[in-house]
Amino acid sequence: MSVANISNSVKTRPWFRRGRIGQKIIPYLFLTPFLAGFLVFMVYPLIYALNLSLYRKKLVGGTSFVGLENYAKAFQDVNFWAGVRNVLVFGAMQIPVMLGLALLFALLLDGKLIQRQTIFRLGYFLPFAVPSVVAALIWGYFYGQSFGPIAQIAVALHLKPPLFLTPSGIIPSIANIATWQYTGYNMLILFAALKGIPEELYEAARVDGASDLQIALKIRIPIIMPAIALTAIFSVIGTLQLFNEPNVLRVVAPTVLDSHFTPNIYVYNLAFANRQFDYSAAIAFTLAIVTAVLSSLVLLAVYRREANPS
Amino acid sequence: MTTQTLSEVRPIRLHRYTTGKFVTYVFLFVFLGYFILPLIWLSIASTKSNAGLFNSFGFWFAKDFGLAQNLKDLFTYQDAAFIVWMKNTAIYAVSAAVGSSLISALAGYAFAQYRFAGRNLLFGIVLASVFVPGTVFAVPLYLLISKTGLSGSLLAVILPSLLSPFGVYLMRIYAEQAIPEELLDAARIDGAGEFRIFATIAFRLLLPGYVTVLLFAFVGAWNNYFLPLLVLGKSEVYPVTVGLAYWNSLAGQLSTHQILYPLVITGSVIGTLPVMILFLFLQRFWQNGLALGSIK
Repeated sequence: MSVANISNSVKTRPWFRRGRIGQKIIPYLFLTPFLAGFLVFMVYPLIYALNLSLYRKKLVGGTSFVGLENYAKAFQDVNFWAGVRNVLVFGAMQIPVMLGLALLFALLLDGKLIQRQTIFRLGYFLPFAVPSVVAALIWGYFYGQSFGPIAQIAVALHLKPPLFLTPSGIIPSIANIATWQYTGYNMLILFAALKGIPEELYEAARVDGASDLQIALKIRIPIIMPAIALTAIFSVIGTLQLFNEPNVLRVVAPTVLDSHFTPNIYVYNLAFANRQFDYSAAIAFTLAIVTAVLSSLVLLAVYRREANPS
Repeated sequence: MTTQTLSEVRPIRLHRYTTGKFVTYVFLFVFLGYFILPLIWLSIASTKSNAGLFNSFGFWFAKDFGLAQNLKDLFTYQDAAFIVWMKNTAIYAVSAAVGSSLISALAGYAFAQYRFAGRNLLFGIVLASVFVPGTVFAVPLYLLISKTGLSGSLLAVILPSLLSPFGVYLMRIYAEQAIPEELLDAARIDGAGEFRIFATIAFRLLLPGYVTVLLFAFVGAWNNYFLPLLVLGKSEVYPVTVGLAYWNSLAGQLSTHQILYPLVITGSVIGTLPVMILFLFLQRFWQNGLALGSIK
């Protein structure tokens, strides 16, 4: 009966499932939608832009091949490096604060000390659900002098309302928006990693008289190091791409947030406002290279530390 | 003697424990305020007229409750542009979510269940592109699209968002955990074809992972700003994020457009609510996703 069934079903199988070659094609068929899209919408645009970045449009004589000239220009472009400097300062300030808080919250909420931790988990995560444009709008009003509650409280206390969007205040102000948005998200990733540690591991240490702090530093943090590394790498990558918040805040602080405040803002303005497509493609690629170098450095640093813990 | 020392020691230790607990709670509540007060402020501000915004304290209601008027203005201003933006965002987010989760499920399942030539190489490429931020692709995509007829069409935003390397990665891990190979072998012996096995058996087992990828793709598309800003030139195809930023820039640049502030604020609330509701109702799924994502 079952033999008849099998031979029967072989006959009704479509051509690509008959025989050994047919069987071999099947995984590729499952992969086709993704791979096709990947080639068309990720690989091809990259090649197109790479090619574009090798040309330059001249006022006379049209577009001509210039080789790596656009890249040479990018490497000497003060505006580009000023933007890179801004995002690096931003990252050096924001990432340690955000991940430090996220780790602290995760450790506290995973411990036995706190009951009703759901309200904190949900509340801290809530800003992640807000679009970054809306987050920048809200904080833009908070920093503002017109109807922001911070200025209102200062005036009520007969103080001078603090200025946030000044040349020295702008980077911390944007860092605060990013911290507000993404701390809860990173906390939950670390929290999930902590939940995966078997309880017996710290029970044994506790019996030996280890304090909560010792257990956190010597057991829990080292075990979730891969998750911490993951959040660090994604934060570094995200930082270099900084665009949404400063672009939305430009309305309130047009002189401080100039047209090249971050590399992506520069790329956007080169392509959008100045129609310098070829040069903006070169800048975009240079940024991608800087991103790749930095995130592999972070990866290397983390794994070296993991390999020989001091 | 011994009983006496014990009873002396105990209350002190208990006392220290409760102090630590109290301090921790204060610390956690302070940060709870930091994270949710801006959202409470936004909700209160959405009930105020433009005059009310300027004349009343931010964390309390103005004398006149203007939410209904704000909503009416929001839904009618500039020929109901906001409704069009909401509709665009919905189309964009739903197609990105449904499409990318399905494509990711198919690919992740293939990586998990089959051994084939090029498997490690292809998965390596997927993994590498997880670490490449979307904005790196956005600019080349914009450059390409501005040369083709696709510019200014919602498809220019939808099609690229159907690809989620992170979704493929997540579905592969999930498929490896959730689908017992013996079950598939049993189905094969019964004569079921590979696609029928996927559609009827595997897909059901993959469903929790599928919903996770769906949710993250939905939120990512709903909140996206950079790519739509680049490739969509016309207001009729804007999603809510680009539209609100546009109105806000008008309100900030021209004093005659200050009346737009209540609309931007009310629009921010309306534009954020769907994602918040989704997160609240699908808690289990995003927590699963974050747990899977942190596994190496």
